[in-house]
Amino acid sequence: MNQIDQAPSGTTGAAVRLHGVSRHWGPVAALDAISLEVKAGTFCVLLGPSGCGKTTCLRIVAGLEQASGGVVEIGGRDVTHLPPAARGVAMVFQSYALFPHLNVAENIVFGLKARSVPPADRKRRLDRAVEILGIGHLLARRPGQLSGGQQQRVALGRAIVAEAPVCLMDEPLSNLDAQLRADMRREILALQRRLGITMLYVTHDQTEAMGMADQVVLLRDGHIEQDAPPAEVYATPATSFAASFIGTPPMNLLALSESGVIPGTVGPVLGPARTGLIAGIRPEALRLADRGIPARVTHAEYLGADTVVVCRAGDDQTLLVRLPGRANLADGARVKFDFDPAELHLFDAGTGRRLTT
Amino acid sequence: MRRETVQGWLLILPALLLLVAFTHWPAATTIIDSFYTTPKGSRPPRFVGFENYADLMTDPVFWTALRNNAVYALWTIPASVILALVMALAVNTAIPGRALVRMAYFTPTMLPMIAVANIWLFFFTPDYGLFDHVLGFFGGVRHNWLGDRDTALPAMIVVAVWKEAGFFMIFYLAALQAMPPDLKECAALEGSSRWNFFRRVTLPLLMPTTLFVLVNAVINAFRLVDHVVVMTRGGPDNATTLLLYYIYEAGFRFWDQALAATLTVVLLALLGLLAWLQFGVLGKRVHYR
Repeated sequence: MNQIDQAPSGTTGAAVRLHGVSRHWGPVAALDAISLEVKAGTFCVLLGPSGCGKTTCLRIVAGLEQASGGVVEIGGRDVTHLPPAARGVAMVFQSYALFPHLNVAENIVFGLKARSVPPADRKRRLDRAVEILGIGHLLARRPGQLSGGQQQRVALGRAIVAEAPVCLMDEPLSNLDAQLRADMRREILALQRRLGITMLYVTHDQTEAMGMADQVVLLRDGHIEQDAPPAEVYATPATSFAASFIGTPPMNLLALSESGVIPGTVGPVLGPARTGLIAGIRPEALRLADRGIPARVTHAEYLGADTVVVCRAGDDQTLLVRLPGRANLADGARVKFDFDPAELHLFDAGTGRRLTT
Repeated sequence: MRRETVQGWLLILPALLLLVAFTHWPAATTIIDSFYTTPKGSRPPRFVGFENYADLMTDPVFWTALRNNAVYALWTIPASVILALVMALAVNTAIPGRALVRMAYFTPTMLPMIAVANIWLFFFTPDYGLFDHVLGFFGGVRHNWLGDRDTALPAMIVVAVWKEAGFFMIFYLAALQAMPPDLKECAALEGSSRWNFFRRVTLPLLMPTTLFVLVNAVINAFRLVDHVVVMTRGGPDNATTLLLYYIYEAGFRFWDQALAATLTVVLLALLGLLAWLQFGVLGKRVHYR
């Protein structure tokens, strides 16, 4: 046994490594030779649209599903063929998976009892989790008598008392309302920092990924599109898919003509003169000016702090622009948007790959 | 009366008529009849108070039937319920030919009672029946299973368990399939053994089903008559006479209306008491989702 995966009283994280992990169902590949490394104590978010393989990936790390190929390492130890309980992971399920007939306290210590942890130790761990989560007044209640947020806390409590070096979360906030989701997001992040554990967190919500992650792993169709810190994914998306998945609203992707302009416009030139190029530019990188990309306003949506303007550029391409404050633009107005050249991204239309300029 | 009220009554009228005509009215008249003598020819029934009940207490056949029924219930209920649970757990896992096994387990329930009784009558036949055939192969001697006082009731019990278990299995299977798979996965991650998960999670979550199945099993144990009629007619020497069969004999073979009515009231009271006990004792410990 490696010393990293030993987690005595205070929890510390363990590194998680995947080497060429695949999962096939017949001819369908849910995961296609994924390799990734999550350093100990890192908050890693597996992000992607539904069906991209992120949950499968998490379940393979948990041991709830077997990989068709590849190696899973936790804390430097090969756990590919170990049962879930022997891997040193805790998991929070999307449904919370609370036992409906047990009260909150019994739910939290269920695993400790199953592992025959002595009662005194059980009590100490329960008290600590209860104190961290502030659920002391709920201990005698059953899951059916709790709100969604409270159930979520109990599920977290169960993960805390396990004192496992790695915590896995499968869309833990998807059943909560928007306000609660924002609160829990902060709380989960604070919890991860406080315990120092390694977190693998699955979500399809890019705001959760941006707000919480140290490392974002963007998945699509069973392969990794980009694996980088959130700021990097935002600033230099590796593919046009990554560009279109991150940001609210996401990056504008404009097909360019052979002469490097938006078809139907005379300029400005956005890329080199070659076929099959896509120019990417973030809505918030554009500003109203008397030169730049010509466009016609279709609709302006005032959101309070800013305004999202939907425009048509060139022949028939949509351009979203995010302007600070309230922009008074009439529908049908002809405007021009300027931008800093550093904010311009170029992608190959065929492969979707970023062109390094 | 408001129009909706009239419509409401009209809508429940068909069901109400049937219930009253075939359940409530006969039940009420049975209770009344149990306080009268049996009408014979020109003699009209005469009110005798609790005399019929006093007679019943000294009727040795009644006590035999009651004891037989108690033995029958104490064996068939636990055996069929436990077997049903085991079968449901077995067919709830991914085994090859699962659908076929499920159907096989359920087949006895679909067969008519009389057909079941006839099949088993053949199994129990001395010399060329299935049991004697198989036992003979291993050097056993011929045995008249249904003709022997010691084996007649156990033979009936085997038939009942065989028939009931498949039926109860369906309820357990439905309950097992309604259990979210997350719970099992969560328990696996938490280091819970399969036995621990079964004892601490599956079994408690199946309690509502168990209560329902138990109530049904108790009722079935006390209302069995078909098998007795076909296989033994209560014999030998009343060894397989159960309460309902005794009621049938008293009412339709001896034409002793007073005895039959009194027995019926006793049986109803017994079933009511058992149901009340089950809901009172077990009901408190059942977690309904």
